[in-house]
Amino acid sequence: MNQHAAPARVPAAPSSRVWRFPRGLVVPAALVVAAELSFILSGYQSDSLAPPSAVVVALVQGLANGEILLATGQTLVAAFGGLALGGLIGLIMGVARGMFWRVDQLLDVSTEALRPIPSSALIPVTILIFGFGFRLEIACVAFSCTWTVFILTRAAVAGIEPRLMEVARVLRLGMFARMLKIVLPAALPRIFVAFRLAAGLALIVAVTTEVAANPIGLGAQMMSASQSLRPALTIAYLVWIGFVGWSLNALLILLQHNVFGAAGATGASHER
Amino acid sequence: MSALASPRLEKQPVQNSAASSRLKAAAPGGETLISLSHVDVRLGGRPVLTDINLDIRRGEFLCIVGGSGCGKTTLLRTVAGLVQPSGGTVAVGGEPVLEPRQDVAVVFQDYGKALLPWRTAAGNVALALEAKGTPRALRHDIIQDLLAKVGLNGQGDKYPSELSGGMQQRLQIARCLAQSPAVLLMDEPFGALDAMTRQALQDEILELVAQDDATVFFVTHDLEEAVYLGDRVIGLAPNPGRVGIMLDVGLKRPRDQLTTREDTHFLRLRRQLFDFIKETEA
Repeated sequence: MNQHAAPARVPAAPSSRVWRFPRGLVVPAALVVAAELSFILSGYQSDSLAPPSAVVVALVQGLANGEILLATGQTLVAAFGGLALGGLIGLIMGVARGMFWRVDQLLDVSTEALRPIPSSALIPVTILIFGFGFRLEIACVAFSCTWTVFILTRAAVAGIEPRLMEVARVLRLGMFARMLKIVLPAALPRIFVAFRLAAGLALIVAVTTEVAANPIGLGAQMMSASQSLRPALTIAYLVWIGFVGWSLNALLILLQHNVFGAAGATGASHER
Repeated sequence: MSALASPRLEKQPVQNSAASSRLKAAAPGGETLISLSHVDVRLGGRPVLTDINLDIRRGEFLCIVGGSGCGKTTLLRTVAGLVQPSGGTVAVGGEPVLEPRQDVAVVFQDYGKALLPWRTAAGNVALALEAKGTPRALRHDIIQDLLAKVGLNGQGDKYPSELSGGMQQRLQIARCLAQSPAVLLMDEPFGALDAMTRQALQDEILELVAQDDATVFFVTHDLEEAVYLGDRVIGLAPNPGRVGIMLDVGLKRPRDQLTTREDTHFLRLRRQLFDFIKETEA
């Protein structure tokens, strides 16, 4: 991150040698303390809100009895299943349409008509087809992931240095070799970014499906906690979902930096 | 330098240069490898090249010069099969060129874009061998040989971004040699390099070509480079591009960066080309 010519007045990055309280956490920590204090000082009792301490207790209990982890597993299976399925479809469509303008024209109207449909609007129809369960959720997640991966992959493939495609022509690489040896490696860093963004979306859609209808996973547990008027557990689930999403993204960013180096986001990777 | 200083060199034909009036020169000695007859090229409806007639002998080093936008690169791309002529025929070894050929290699000017940044130097050379279907077991030795040949010993594990411009262009040449080409098409290959590197690479390419007896089609905007390298130099006149001048160089080989460039014949040819370019750009 350190740019050599970075202006000196950029907010100082936390020094790596001396540990200091990260400045970004000051505001959230203050809010939590303020919330806790206001509950204590006002003596407020509620069926809709819970003090942070109660949320922590509920979270620890939920983790200890395995309830939260089981739900997390279900949500992640659905999210990753949908990401894999939708990502694969999006990848194939993106490569095909980025490489061949005829295919691009052929599919243009169909995809532009389907793409704006909100994935949550798909839930009732999907229930009719699959009923409740993983297949319902995977289908909804796959639908939204397809578009993210497709659009970014198409742009990545279309943006490949034309000279490289010419080199492939001059060397007389066959279509399969061209795709495997030139197109995919050249587009890979940007395709990875597409999957990273789609992974975030996958979690959103998975939880949405669970909150709205599907009786599995974190979203369903959260709804049931809410309906049984347990605000502490409901908020605990919320905090946990945020943590899962954050971890997932952090993990993927770490992976991206390790695999593609700092050039990962620019599409000009120099390392394997 | 003395000849250059002498005022107003006559624009008379040099003794052993082909008269440029009879442009379709009967290639003296050696069979014709590349043949263009009545080639017209239009790009986006605009005529870029018109009525190009050209025979290139096997083993010949042909240089193409001309002002910018005169169609030099398009001519090279047409010979490569990357551009299809709208009229006339291009043939290599008697076969019409309808698409790029395995035995015709192209060295692009922008080496930085023509190399695969995610493959090492060795991996980049390997790409040509993979395309050719060279058995895996043989590749390693061929790659080492080729890298040594272009002066990249021990650099096989480096990525293109870790190599200097001159080394990257050497690497691209090695990849082209891996095709074992009969014809090497070079599009201003040294245009982006500094003067010292350029001269070194000029001598290296002459040496490589002498070893392999390759046929070279070399596009450049550097008139001295054209005379220094070529057996024959063709000047294109622009709008639309056509053969405007054809000179047999006839300087003895091996050539030398100092003595060849001081040769009065060299200077006379350079002057002729210079005047030609000035005329066409006027």
